[in-house]
Amino acid sequence: METFWYIALTFMLIMYVILDGFDLGAGIIHFWAGKDEHERRIVLNAIGPYWDGNEVWLVAAGGTLYFAFPKLYASSFSGFYLPLILVLWVLILRALGIEFRHHLRHPMWKMFWDRTFSVGSLLLVIFLGAALGNIIRGVPLNEEGYFFVPLWTNFSPGEQPGVLDWFTLLFVAVAVSTLMVHGANFLAFKTAGELQHRAARIAGRAWWAMTASSVLALVAVNYVRPDFWLNLGERPAGLFFLILSIAAWWAMAFFNRKGEHFRAFLSSSAFIAGMGATTAWAHYPIMLYATTDPGRHLTIYNAASSAYGLKIGLMWWIPGMLLACGYFAFLFYVFRGKITSVPEDSGY
Amino acid sequence: METALTVHRLQFAFTITYHYLFPQLTMGLALLIVIMKALALRKNDEFYHRSARFWAKIFAINFAMGVVTGIPMEFQFGTNWARFSTFAGGIIGQTLAMEGVFAFFLESSFLGLFLFGEKRLGPRGHFLAALMVFIGSWLSGYFIIVTNAWMQHPVGYEIDAQGRVHLVDFWAFLLNPWAFWQYWHTMLGAVVTSSFVVAAVGAFYKLTGRNEIYADRFLRLGLMTAALASVLVAFPTGDMQGKNVARYQPVTLAAMEGLFETKEGAELILIGQPDMENLRIDNPIHIPKLLSFLTYHRWEAEVKGLDAFPREDWPDNIPLLYYAYHIMVGLGTIFIAVTALGLFLWWRKSLSHSRWYLWILMLSFPFPYIANTAGWLTAELGRQPWLVYGLLRTAEGASPEVSGGNALFTLIGFMGIYAALSLLFVFLVMREVMHGPDPVQQAAIPKDRS
Ligand code: HDD
Ligand code: HEM
Ligand code: HEM
Repeated sequence: METFWYIALTFMLIMYVILDGFDLGAGIIHFWAGKDEHERRIVLNAIGPYWDGNEVWLVAAGGTLYFAFPKLYASSFSGFYLPLILVLWVLILRALGIEFRHHLRHPMWKMFWDRTFSVGSLLLVIFLGAALGNIIRGVPLNEEGYFFVPLWTNFSPGEQPGVLDWFTLLFVAVAVSTLMVHGANFLAFKTAGELQHRAARIAGRAWWAMTASSVLALVAVNYVRPDFWLNLGERPAGLFFLILSIAAWWAMAFFNRKGEHFRAFLSSSAFIAGMGATTAWAHYPIMLYATTDPGRHLTIYNAASSAYGLKIGLMWWIPGMLLACGYFAFLFYVFRGKITSVPEDSGY
Repeated sequence: METALTVHRLQFAFTITYHYLFPQLTMGLALLIVIMKALALRKNDEFYHRSARFWAKIFAINFAMGVVTGIPMEFQFGTNWARFSTFAGGIIGQTLAMEGVFAFFLESSFLGLFLFGEKRLGPRGHFLAALMVFIGSWLSGYFIIVTNAWMQHPVGYEIDAQGRVHLVDFWAFLLNPWAFWQYWHTMLGAVVTSSFVVAAVGAFYKLTGRNEIYADRFLRLGLMTAALASVLVAFPTGDMQGKNVARYQPVTLAAMEGLFETKEGAELILIGQPDMENLRIDNPIHIPKLLSFLTYHRWEAEVKGLDAFPREDWPDNIPLLYYAYHIMVGLGTIFIAVTALGLFLWWRKSLSHSRWYLWILMLSFPFPYIANTAGWLTAELGRQPWLVYGLLRTAEGASPEVSGGNALFTLIGFMGIYAALSLLFVFLVMREVMHGPDPVQQAAIPKDRS
């Protein structure tokens, strides 16, 4: 039962990164891809109907984590207190950047919110990457299972690490470049003309950065968490996900060159899913790795809530997820097609 | 630790009070927009379509604020109340996760459709989208109220060896007797807020002589729902809430009512100041025996006063609790009077030229917000000193590793950001109100916003 919820959570988080990933990525390259006010409005309209729903995956994943593994929620959220509150503030600003820019027509107002949106997206992706890095590296849990990490210490992943060190910064690079590719693929598929060309070019370039940083990160994991790869060796079925990621990695570049942007977008989604699943597979059953003492790891067993609660959860989680996937399919269906122009006083 | 606790409490109180300013309008307005869409389809009245479109814009701004201030609420259970989350997460996490999975997905997907898809969906489809948004927001209200109700009156749980609570009866939890009346009381409170806002905008248009066609519609719709909801919020829902408090949290009732001594035939205090030194109400104006009657339907029934309970179980801020409660009830009474007067004028056909009354209506929209906030203050302060009533004290719930300094830093940060948000929000909403719904001549065809 714990394993089911571990998988369910992995699924929700991957959905979150794929879905919010494209609007975050689009946000990072907002100024690069959209050269003038009109193009930037197209970018925003391409993600307009989706971004809030995408973010709900984060909220729902948070809720699911809270109910299935309350101890983990409590420990990690209080331990990463400062970065998480900063994330909240950035989330606030970014959302307003999208929602409020179209209310006034003045160029300065729009410029301000465009910048807020773009910088907010970048910062959020940096935090996401750092979060991934921190989870892989581990945190200094005490006997009670709590910890507190400062934003940084001496930038090395030792006994008393900070949120940012060279290892987690590497993951930041992976996250930023991957979501840039992903966002650019989405825009290339949703738009046409100049904007589409530019997005496709960005996807092609960022692909190299993504490749380089991913390889470096995979090597670095060997030093910081040697048991990570060992786990994968012991449960070789997980290699399937790794192979999937590699195939998707190659397919992205291939479809990008052929100008098949929808397939390229699917490939970057598959890449994210594959990498996420590989990480989850290798980590299982540990959820929060203790750098202090292996006896203190938070695992799916000691962090879970009661068997009854977990069983009852199935009753609503499964239909709920089916419904949610249904809404998304419907939403994407209704707003299918490319966005080529937006009249002045409508949309974003 | 004491100061860290105080800061955690202040931060939570501040952020939740701020958050709740937005959902109360969202939830109520969602209902009113559905009504407008239904009237539009029914009467084939283009003005109602346009009214719905106008309120949808205000709804969208408000919704965005609700979303961005709601996410911090969910995070704070983990960041600031880690011990509480470890203790109770297995239970209250159920409803919080269900809220995300059922309500928020529904709400956010269909809001996208509602705002951007009028042309693609057609009038009926658009009505359905509005209906789904309404259902989503009211579901969301239900799940969050069940969460809160469990903290007020825990049911369906057992405590394990490590002192954590676990769910043993899901349906008892979901159908908590406390939640039923609390839910309807809260939802009706939200309807009161939104109908006063709609009526106030109508009054404003009337007084300034613009958008006359819409002014009448807003006035009538707002006034009618406000009158209905104001009555229902007091009776039966407020009354039943009070009875629940008397049954399950008698000490809270005593503190809310300012009853220091146990009495048969207890009086209802209308006005007076709680005096915590001499443990009595100073300068009271009261109605003899009414409290006994209201709580137990017998004039001579005994009502337990604060003296019947050990002092460490008293709510820790009795004066504030007492005032908050009296403000809510006082305002509730005033709302009934104001809306009844409005209906009377309407019946006499003098509503639209009674300028003095329109002034009252226009200026009254902040008060439902105050009443709602005061109501929550009552509920949350009344629960003290418990975080989960009878099971976990508030002092035992905070995060062990987060220092007071860090919490203070983030509290100040939230205050700064929210102050800026408020300015922005007021500015944008005022702009929409000034701009008004589409004027009659142009835009005979619905505009697509995508
Ligand atoms: C427009 C808003 C509004 C108005 C006019 C009223 N209320 Fe209220 N009240 C609320 C909005 C509200 C609320 C915000 O919805 C609360 C806070 C917590 C809750 O469950 O509902 C609440 C709570 C609340 C409680 C529970 C306190 C606790 O849990 O400790 C009681 C006993 C009442 N109300 C009773 C009344 C009565 C008798 C009213 C008669 C006029 C009344 N309320 C008017
Ligand atoms: C329904 C969901 C809600 C839940 C689960 C909830 C939960 C909590 C928690 C965990 C605390 C902190 C612990 C404490 O001090 O007792 C708290 C305090 C508080 N909440 Fe709520 N709350 C909810 C709704 C609200 C709303 C809507 C408001 C106001 C509009 C509100 C007002 C307050 C206040 C003022 C406090 C501070 C009380 C004090 O610490 O003295 N709450 N609540
Ligand atoms: C501590 C308690 C609370 C938490 C953790 C919380 C959490 C949240 C979250 C995460 C969102 C954003 C959802 C999205 O992304 O779409 C939200 C919005 C919302 N919340 Fe809260 N909330 C709390 C209190 C309340 C209360 C007391 C109510 C009403 C009774 C309420 C009603 C809503 C509604 C209707 C929305 C939709 C957005 C809006 O209408 O403005 N919430 N809340």
